[in-house]
Amino acid sequence: MGQTLYQKIYHSHVVGKLNASTDLLFVDRHLIHEVTSPQAFSGLKLAGRAVRRPDLTFATMDHNVSTQRRSLDAAGETSRKQLEALAANCDEHRIPLLDLTHPDQGIVHVIGPEQGLTQPGMIIVCGDSHTSTHGAFGALAFGIGTSEVEHVLATQTLPQQQAKTLKVEINGDLPAHVTPKDVILAVIGKLGTAGGNGYVAEFCGSAIRGMSMEGRMTLCNMSIEMGAKAGLIAPDDTTFAYLKGKAHAPQAEHWDAAVSYWQSLHSDADAVFDKSISLDASSISPQITWGTNPEQVIAVDEPIPAPESFSDDTKRQAAERALQYMGLSAGQKLTDCAVDVVFIGSCTNSRIEDLRAAASVVRDRKVAPGVRALVVPGSGVVKRQAEQEGLAEIFKQAGFEWREPGCSMCLGMNDDQVAAGQRCASTSNRNFEGRQGRGARTHLVSPAMAAAAAIAGKFVNVARLEGAAQ
Amino acid sequence: MSQIFKQGLVCPLDKNNVDTDQIIPKQFLTSVSRDGFAEALFYDWRYLADGAANPEFVLNYPQYQGASILLTRANFGCGSSREHAPWALQQYGFNVIIAESFADIFFNNSVNNGMLLITLSKTNIELLFNRCAQGPQQWQIDLASQEILFGNNAAMGFNIDPDIKQRLLSGLDFIGSSEQLNPQIAAFEAQRRSNLPWLG
Repeated sequence: MGQTLYQKIYHSHVVGKLNASTDLLFVDRHLIHEVTSPQAFSGLKLAGRAVRRPDLTFATMDHNVSTQRRSLDAAGETSRKQLEALAANCDEHRIPLLDLTHPDQGIVHVIGPEQGLTQPGMIIVCGDSHTSTHGAFGALAFGIGTSEVEHVLATQTLPQQQAKTLKVEINGDLPAHVTPKDVILAVIGKLGTAGGNGYVAEFCGSAIRGMSMEGRMTLCNMSIEMGAKAGLIAPDDTTFAYLKGKAHAPQAEHWDAAVSYWQSLHSDADAVFDKSISLDASSISPQITWGTNPEQVIAVDEPIPAPESFSDDTKRQAAERALQYMGLSAGQKLTDCAVDVVFIGSCTNSRIEDLRAAASVVRDRKVAPGVRALVVPGSGVVKRQAEQEGLAEIFKQAGFEWREPGCSMCLGMNDDQVAAGQRCASTSNRNFEGRQGRGARTHLVSPAMAAAAAIAGKFVNVARLEGAAQ
Repeated sequence: MSQIFKQGLVCPLDKNNVDTDQIIPKQFLTSVSRDGFAEALFYDWRYLADGAANPEFVLNYPQYQGASILLTRANFGCGSSREHAPWALQQYGFNVIIAESFADIFFNNSVNNGMLLITLSKTNIELLFNRCAQGPQQWQIDLASQEILFGNNAAMGFNIDPDIKQRLLSGLDFIGSSEQLNPQIAAFEAQRRSNLPWLG
């Protein structure tokens, strides 16, 4: 029997056996940031341990930084201490750090691929659940906790047990204005927030093959929102073309050997998955979440479902609670709901392609009165490119705030927050209660849909907005 | 001889999909310390906007003060990888969590802090909530025999991964156990350098 891509990567990283069903796996890249690493470094110090492979460890400042000013104290005193702790730890252990003065600084899951640190066949870990993003390159990438961060710093390995495998096949062509964000929201809507628990998901099918690397990253980024340990996409020519010439990608003398190895990284034709689902890309419409977890999602023109329509009592209770928190009622259409805040950014949707999609909607239009709209590019590289392409000017002319890179309003660790009761169209990944601020009401959408909401002052099907303009 | 792993008062949290943003909101993640998170646990549910305790939240009920076993429903701990979530639960006093299912990262993080997470079927979780509805419960958890003991010879069995069971019973150092494979790690690194030299 053949192997799945996940199994190939898993087996090629087994250092040894720890226990009956627990293997010790080698970690090729360890990405760290200021929030989940300080206690790990303290633990190392306490035990008198060193960082085994600082050359395979890379750090950035992203979660807790101001997107308005680049000084360490711009997001407050405790944030400054945390950022300084990261800088001191990286200095002490000789770990490369993209700090706030570095022109390429940005969100860890944006800069990893941009710098060529993310490559097919690798095991990549980071103390952040959206590490699944890197699976877009055919790397096994997953989020870990701080104890595990400490373990990887000390040993460059991690104890693991084999996960089950889930195949998500998406064939067909995406309709106009339907993006990878809509695809992953539709998948989560179908599978549920816990549908992937215990699984590594592999996305395949013609719709995936047709996606850019940016699109694939959006898809894998949100695998964790259906509970999957990781998302994976087999590498292909699109992947290789993206990586070629990147700073940390294999250089000329190794390039051909690397590509030849990467080409072996796919699930065998006779590989058996533990579970499979499929979706027809042409049937997907622009999606929007109405509730407080990402599976509570509908096509933008659909009415909000009635709690009674869920046969599962768990889902029914969750729907009742969500409607109450969100200030919505069953049967209502979100296209009748005004928005207060629009956030375009996060590790899900802050890459150049996302900003292009949003800017094409915004061009020659104005943000509706009373709407606060901000664009937070994912990295210094994205920001510079957007400025060179004139996208930043389009956003600013329309009335958007144009910010410095960081995680920003996705989780509101800094001062980019949504006030209680305010409704936000957000390109981020989580619509949990209080995620963007206590009492904040988050609706997850694609960058184009977020841009359309900013212009219309309410949720609107971007396809209709664009259709009306033509 | 049975081995009592934990015992204590049970607090029933009748919710599904409790995410780590609820367990500990982001404003508490700016700390560089591993301690001091007990007060932050379930902050937005536990306290009203003015900072007073929310009398309607189950953790604030008088009969559940001092609880050390948390009973909840499906997909507990979904969301971010923040280990601050198990830290907050543990520092508040919870060493055992019983649920229909847990999110993977949260599960690992909790085990890495020596906490016992018990997964039971929906039917059994319902039975446990029914017990709690009858009045405050004191249960004992026997990890060796894999049983929840309710008293009066009543018990409910549970499954647990044998490797995790062994780790919890032995209390072995997480990193120290792996360091015993240091020679294999070095050999793996040498082979990797030779086969895939671009990886460093």
